[in-house]
Amino acid sequence: MKTFIISLKIFLFFTILTGVVYPLLITGIVQVVFPAKANGSLIVRDRRIVGSELIGQHFDSAIYFTSRPSVILYNALPSGGSNYGLTNMKLKGLVTKRKHDFYSFNQLDSLTTIPSEMVFASASGLDPHISPQAALLQVDRIAKARYFNDECRQKMINLIKDLTEGPQFLCLGKERVNVLLLNLETDRIQ
Amino acid sequence: MTPQDFIQIILYIAILLGLTPILGTYMDKVFTGKQHVMRPVFGWLERLTYRFVGVDPLEETNWKSYTFSLLMFNFIGFVFVFLIQRFQTYLPLNPANLPNVSWHSALNTSISFVTNTNWQGYAGETTMSYFIQMIGLTVQNFVSAATGIAVILAVIRGISRKSTDKIGNFWTDLTRSTLYVLLPLSILFAIVLAGQGVVQNFKSYETVQTLQGVRQVIPMGPAASQIAIKQLGTNGGGFFNANSAHPFENPTPFSNFLQMLAIFLIPASLTYMYGKMVGSARHGWAIFSTMLILFLAGLSISLYAEYSANPVFGHLPLMEGKETRFGIANSVLFSTITTDASCGAVNAMHDSLSPLSGMVAIINMMLGEIIFGGVGAGLYGMVVFIILTVFIAGLMVGRTPEYLGKKIGAFEVQMAIIANLATSFAILVFTAWASVSSYGLVSLNNAGPHGFSEILYAYTSAAGNNGSAFAGLNANTLFYNLTLGFVMLIGRFGVIIPVLAIAGSMAGKNITPVSSGTFRTDNWLFIGLLIGVVLIVGGLTYFPALSLGPVAEHLLMNSGISF
Repeated sequence: MKTFIISLKIFLFFTILTGVVYPLLITGIVQVVFPAKANGSLIVRDRRIVGSELIGQHFDSAIYFTSRPSVILYNALPSGGSNYGLTNMKLKGLVTKRKHDFYSFNQLDSLTTIPSEMVFASASGLDPHISPQAALLQVDRIAKARYFNDECRQKMINLIKDLTEGPQFLCLGKERVNVLLLNLETDRIQ
Repeated sequence: MTPQDFIQIILYIAILLGLTPILGTYMDKVFTGKQHVMRPVFGWLERLTYRFVGVDPLEETNWKSYTFSLLMFNFIGFVFVFLIQRFQTYLPLNPANLPNVSWHSALNTSISFVTNTNWQGYAGETTMSYFIQMIGLTVQNFVSAATGIAVILAVIRGISRKSTDKIGNFWTDLTRSTLYVLLPLSILFAIVLAGQGVVQNFKSYETVQTLQGVRQVIPMGPAASQIAIKQLGTNGGGFFNANSAHPFENPTPFSNFLQMLAIFLIPASLTYMYGKMVGSARHGWAIFSTMLILFLAGLSISLYAEYSANPVFGHLPLMEGKETRFGIANSVLFSTITTDASCGAVNAMHDSLSPLSGMVAIINMMLGEIIFGGVGAGLYGMVVFIILTVFIAGLMVGRTPEYLGKKIGAFEVQMAIIANLATSFAILVFTAWASVSSYGLVSLNNAGPHGFSEILYAYTSAAGNNGSAFAGLNANTLFYNLTLGFVMLIGRFGVIIPVLAIAGSMAGKNITPVSSGTFRTDNWLFIGLLIGVVLIVGGLTYFPALSLGPVAEHLLMNSGISF
């Protein structure tokens, strides 16, 4: 009985400390130091929230760069991947189809290598990035759909270069470009 | 692999090596009651805890009361986490109006968080309110890790003391682990994570119109505070369903690097602290080296498997279930670390790893989560293997086995075997049951041998208190919630109780002075023997099961066969 009372009291104490005080303390600090990031890195354009820099969006219009395949179609509730194993026939079928679709949508010749992130679905289903190579392969199709002249087309290419994030601190992670930011900036080209 | 991939791995190991003695020395000071840097900061909080609870921090108990206190404390946590999930709708901080959790899912989740498994049969953002995540789950993230540290402290006292029945005070160990180790590190880490983009707020989910005019709901919540301790405490239960693959949970390569470091940080430092506290720093490094070698072996096989071409996809880099910002190398590194350490957080979907890479993940867990392992749990699991090693070495040369001056008798070996068999039994029996029953098979997401691997992975993860999954398996069913819950209990307390019994028994023995005939536990011969015992005793048991799953899948994939 004594052990029970002690257990109960210490449990209560740690619940308040680590379950209430600690999260509130962290919230208090980061809401002051990193408010934008702690609130979801939201992007505001024309006084309207158009999304989060970290949460990818689904793009199928010819005037936009497409994001990676997502089994949840970028519907964030809940996040997740396909969980298909490599010997799953469905995965093989999907990869073949996505490859074919990417070639025909972007009017590429069949000798072009498609970056593999464009035919495989991401883990979270919300991956905001693609590789710069995958973005460059889409430039001609978008330029055509937007009736861009050569100058605007070149601006798109420069945009991809500008928005490409290299490995963090020169050594961590992969080179990547944020699709939503890229599309928002592409909308501004004239 | 590019040179940059290698640099990341080398950097990881170098930083881990550098931090191990620093944190190890600090923890030695904390747990032996010496003056240390955090005492001026949180000393008042420690004294407040004892006064509020009404315990004398210096009053020590025997192993049975120590175990009883541990079990009682964990039981209260279990009941509390279960109840708040069942009454979620009546509780505050539920802006998404999430309904009450089903009884069997709530049961599974409460066992899971109390046992430091943090298996997720549920999807965080569509199941748990902010209230449950904080008051229920974050708290268990702390105290289940602290429980692990308490057990290893009891073991250390058992080894280093002589002719006593006292192995410490559970409340003191719990309090010091939480206040001086877990809390300060978590505060620091949570702030850095938020600076990288992990959300930390109490806002309701944000509804936005995407650029193409579709409605998208963006989840929010106090994530950074939970994710920090989820990594540091080798818990692994994500705030969001996709865990550390979710861009809000692990936004940048830097946050990813720190999360990987956080998983191994405390378990690695504990080996150093262990060496110091049992009076042989070299023995601590021998354990560290054993773990590092096993980690590097698994990592190499896993990297080789993921970067190899195969007949199904040719030379296409295998990005299924991986995130662009991490790439393949960081995903494989993370998967090896998280399964070595009984963490279970994932930054890639393990179900979509290549067969051999998935097998490495399974073997890491099958070995008993002792490659650095869970906080505390990894080291006391390794002590079980060390006892078996000195026993076998003793048999070979015909001497009474000794470990750090303590004679190893029949009782210690029996307990070590029980701890070992409990988990093997749970994994194999329940995997067999699930793979021949309709209610087990209905949850599969993949056909063929990979389907079997999904089941094997689930019970291995539960028994090892890991918590990661081949997540295609729909485990949120009555059958899986109950059986996996049961296996988690065996995997946790089926090891803790025998280990504490060993601690109690060892404390009562006298210390034999070192002589020229003593089997040394701080050299390469010992490391080699220990690795041998881990692989033979821990691994060979599972060879038939592995052949049916990942090995068969690998061979079939190389023949170009799909299911």
